[in-house]
Amino acid sequence: MDELDRHIINSLQGGFPVSERPFRDAADELGTTESELITRIRCMLDDGLLTRFGPLYNAENMGGALSLCAMQVPPEHFDEVAEQVNAFPEVAHNYQRDHEMNMWFVLATESLEKLAETLQKIEEDTGLTVCNFPKQEEFFVGLNFQV
Amino acid sequence: MNSTETNLADLDRRIVLASQAGLPLDARPYHWLAKELGVGPELVMERMRAMLSDGRVRRIGVVPNHYRLGYSANGMSVWDVPDGDTREIGRQVGDLDIVSHCYQRPRHLPRWPYNLFAMVHGRSREEVTDKVAGIAALLGDRVRSYDVLFSTRILKKTGLRIQG
Repeated sequence: MDELDRHIINSLQGGFPVSERPFRDAADELGTTESELITRIRCMLDDGLLTRFGPLYNAENMGGALSLCAMQVPPEHFDEVAEQVNAFPEVAHNYQRDHEMNMWFVLATESLEKLAETLQKIEEDTGLTVCNFPKQEEFFVGLNFQV
Repeated sequence: MNSTETNLADLDRRIVLASQAGLPLDARPYHWLAKELGVGPELVMERMRAMLSDGRVRRIGVVPNHYRLGYSANGMSVWDVPDGDTREIGRQVGDLDIVSHCYQRPRHLPRWPYNLFAMVHGRSREEVTDKVAGIAALLGDRVRSYDVLFSTRILKKTGLRIQG
């Protein structure tokens, strides 16, 4: 990663133009050329320094429902419960965390009704209570990593 | 919704589906998208701008792999703050450049007193713990209690996708 790569990462985490030649417009701002910018982004994607390039969508504003959920799973049944929970396609990610509430997952469904239904099914399958933590207000999403 | 609105909503959905994995690294990415969808490039750009301005698109750009950039540790900090102060505190915490997501969420009393969640990133667990302590100092007596939960294992990670 050289100076230009850093500059791209620091400056282009948002604000990529919507125009006919957006790479050219962004390159002008960055002091490079259209083809160089495309090459750099491609290399950083191939190299795994970038996970994506493009629009970041807000799933909730798209009409779907999303919620963070947590369960207190007895340690001796942890792997078994993880398997049951992960089997639901509505579970987008699932993390083990070092707390009494040790399983944290995100549910993404098409509607709030479907979300409630899925929660209930997970409770039935696992025999455990699921705490639902729907977002009530968002203060910030994003991270401007500076390198 | 009238039929024009229905058509636009449908087009927006198709734009999302065609671009959620990423924009093509082509000199004219929106033209490429338009061709893919069988509509004019001006319309695609207009819809992209509309989605940016109403928040359906948060932003367009590069998404760095924070693990590769050295930010390998993250902790979910959780805070019990007075309901009346949540908005002010949430904005203050969300503004910190080490915090990626900051939300108000419901308490589940008695076992879960926390109503503010903020993901804190750092190069190590120690750094995250220090930063969380820094936030606690910043908030002072407006915090009744707080904790930070580190992930010990990723059990599933498929990412969010809009279903077609």
